Amino acid sequence: MSEGIGAPVKRKEDKRFTTGKGKYTDDIRMENQAYAAFVRSPHAHAKVTNIDTSAAEAMDGVVAVLNGAELTGDGIGNIICGWAISSKDGSPMNMGAWSALATDTVRYTGDAVAVVIADSKAQARAAAEVVNVSYDVLPVAANIEAAIASGAPQIHENAPGNVIYDWEIGEKDATDAAIAGAAHVTEMDITNNRLAPNPMETRAAIATFDESDDHYTLYTTSQNPHVARLVLSAFYAVAPENKLRVIAPDVGGGFGSKIYIYPEEIVCLWASMKTKRSIKWTSDRSEAFLTDAHGRDHITKAKMGFDADGKIVGFKVSTKANFGAYMSLFSSAVPTYLYATLLSGTYNIPNIYCEVLAVYSNTNPVDAYRGAGRPEASYVVERMVETAAREMGKDPAELRRQNFVREFPHQTPVIMNYDSGDFEGNLDQAMAAADWNGFSARKAEAAARGKMRGIGMACYIEACGIAPSAAVGSLGAGVGLWESAEVRVNPVGTIEVLTGSHSHGQGHETTFAQVVAERFGVPLDSINIVHGDTDKVQFGMGTYGSRSGPVGLSAIVKACDKVEVKVRKIAAHLLECNEDELTIGDSQVKVEGTNKALGWHEVGLAAYTAHNLPADMEPGLKEGAFYDPENFTFPMGCFIAEVEVDPETGTTEIIKFVASDDFGVIINPMIVEGQVHGGIAQGIGQAMLEEVIYDDNGQQLSGSYMDYTMPRADDLPSFVVEHHNTRCTTNPLGIKGCGEAGAIGTPPAIINAITDAIGDNSLSMPATPSKVWALIQSSGAKIAAE
Amino acid sequence: MTTVSMTVNGKAVSADVEDRTLLVDYIREHLRLTGTHVGCDTSQCGACVVHVDGKAMKACTMLAVTADGADVTTIEGVANGDLHPMQKAFNDNHGLQCGFCTPGMIMSGIDMVNRYKADGKTLDETAIRHELEGNICRCTGYHNIVKSIQQAAGEM
Repeated sequence: MSEGIGAPVKRKEDKRFTTGKGKYTDDIRMENQAYAAFVRSPHAHAKVTNIDTSAAEAMDGVVAVLNGAELTGDGIGNIICGWAISSKDGSPMNMGAWSALATDTVRYTGDAVAVVIADSKAQARAAAEVVNVSYDVLPVAANIEAAIASGAPQIHENAPGNVIYDWEIGEKDATDAAIAGAAHVTEMDITNNRLAPNPMETRAAIATFDESDDHYTLYTTSQNPHVARLVLSAFYAVAPENKLRVIAPDVGGGFGSKIYIYPEEIVCLWASMKTKRSIKWTSDRSEAFLTDAHGRDHITKAKMGFDADGKIVGFKVSTKANFGAYMSLFSSAVPTYLYATLLSGTYNIPNIYCEVLAVYSNTNPVDAYRGAGRPEASYVVERMVETAAREMGKDPAELRRQNFVREFPHQTPVIMNYDSGDFEGNLDQAMAAADWNGFSARKAEAAARGKMRGIGMACYIEACGIAPSAAVGSLGAGVGLWESAEVRVNPVGTIEVLTGSHSHGQGHETTFAQVVAERFGVPLDSINIVHGDTDKVQFGMGTYGSRSGPVGLSAIVKACDKVEVKVRKIAAHLLECNEDELTIGDSQVKVEGTNKALGWHEVGLAAYTAHNLPADMEPGLKEGAFYDPENFTFPMGCFIAEVEVDPETGTTEIIKFVASDDFGVIINPMIVEGQVHGGIAQGIGQAMLEEVIYDDNGQQLSGSYMDYTMPRADDLPSFVVEHHNTRCTTNPLGIKGCGEAGAIGTPPAIINAITDAIGDNSLSMPATPSKVWALIQSSGAKIAAE
Repeated sequence: MTTVSMTVNGKAVSADVEDRTLLVDYIREHLRLTGTHVGCDTSQCGACVVHVDGKAMKACTMLAVTADGADVTTIEGVANGDLHPMQKAFNDNHGLQCGFCTPGMIMSGIDMVNRYKADGKTLDETAIRHELEGNICRCTGYHNIVKSIQQAAGEM
């Protein structure tokens, strides 16, 4: 069976994970290791008036108790947001100071004020309990509305009214005029619930300072170790890049939450220098709820106007986004360039305007979580279109069909330029797989059993493969979003591929090797993928935004191109032929139409022995490349959910869930389908189960798996996952990316199905049984078939 | 401190541990068998599942001293030369992504197949999904985990 592009090859990395030999950060033990335990604020907003460490310092095993004044005194810099967004009036965003250990004010429960270093984890935790911090408690703004109310407590001095920015995109007057002239206008208030990402491996770090050459090593749970090193060096001033090695070994899931450098990693590095011990910290789950960046948390008002035929004429969106207590690394980009730019959906909409008010609150920082802005956009667009169809008495599939983008490239009014797609093809495929036309009979059958059956669809689109560096630079990004790769052919013909992408579940060790195996016609097992270590890989921007395929693999292809050039030159020289007469494959380089050939390994050996190379050729066979994408990629798809609601209890059962995606060229369909399954599960989690909840005092009420409902196996059905792919035209492999699609398209499909079942469009996420039951009661919804 | 002795993966082990030491910490920190993971602190996620005297147990919810004299099997001890059919099934069906929940899933999977076989009951998809109530995976959506356990159930 082929091992190349398109083959469902079993994963190379599985053996170590299925046998317990994976190496995650907490599995690593350093000599002379001590443990960090953080002293965290129990208050959501308070002045720190005194920190008494005497009792803690007297306890057995305690090495040091360190605080924010010492940290800033040693020159450790504040944590920054790396994407500059300006308000409507041109003023820059109001970024408040975020010290890794709070100096005088705490702004959310979990804000760290001190750290205890001790010989054992138990000793560190026990000592942290007796660090006596005195607080003057301040008023709290625990949600968006409280934060922007008049008289709200000021969370950061430089953000008046707790506003970070008041941003806009699109043509306001034209959009207002289009909606004013519309034959039908649909208006909705839409909330996107706050989520906790919850990778199963919690964050962890082990920092070691080597006094002999002033060098630091950090093992940490990162999706992008080079970006971590960059910000730790350039902004947090822990150490210059050449004195800091960051290693992200096996990482147990990320979903965005492990993009960022958090206070704990900074403090571990700094404390390793202060104490001359390796410092280990592993978050427990409760601490993860209190400190990991959350996702989503939008409140939106939307208006969509249609002409008499049902064509969309204008779309106006006003969103308030909760940023939490501090601006996390990519936070500012999420509700702007990753959200509002996708508000055209899969539709040809001539006029779009969106304004976004970014707001501080006394809650965890909020940043990218699987999908990051695009799920919020998809949810707004697809709930609006569905509701509009119901209000106008139109078939929701036909209304979508009528408005689909059909010609490519397509320039939307909100920056994005869609390169390819066949949206109707995916709609048709999903409707056939869902047996859409047979639904009314199933609904009647369910009604006869006293159940309310509903069907709903969503046609999402997203922008992946982030991103063209110059374009994002012009929009405020502080970094370029290219990717790098190096392909090393060894003297025996085996190949190491070094990539700046990072795999934390995505299966790069298999899929990346498949691409190289096909390219050079060598066995999959002769290829190793190396990633996650700043001392091995020169640089990389990491894995997020479904970019490893479209951007990371493109860099590998570019490096392979360069290797091939050299291979051809060497082989042509040795075989005494022209380079263009050679074919590469089946582990050899052959002169076409003859029996003259060199084994692939012989070319490698020739390159390294250098006994007989073309004149002026350098020995060796390795090439590097940086690939900067020319455009975003645009995966899209149609998801259909069919649900059954029990009106007696409000419980919803998902009867069937169908996904038809367009991911462009697929390397490994087994892995791609796995990505879709996981995304759908997270989308169902958002739609029906998950929500981070704070009380008015800023106490998180959902801070454990006893309180925050993670999707379990018996909450979910098996999924029907299909593909109708069109090739991406802007990268060499034609890949669009698949990592986030499931989480983007699923929430609106599920809510459209449940609202169809209960006949009430006001349902909000998560659609818990109590919420659904209450709506059925209040609206007096009746089983339609009765 | 208390002396605990047990058999882990067929090998007799003994150590002096603090009374409060959890079985999972004994396995990870004293025996350095790091395939058994900790994913939560409320006994919900099942990343720490091991077999104690042949039954699946959450090692985060049991003291090491409670396992004194017990026969313990961890993920490192299930393969007998070749991969266990459950380990192979997870590879065959792409039943894992990041791998963190996988050891607990495999240990729970083996236990459920053994129990259903002993009781002469059929382990269908509904039963597997119900039995997995104590194991959380954030990557796979469980779809391929269910398929993996179904395959192994046919082979064990």
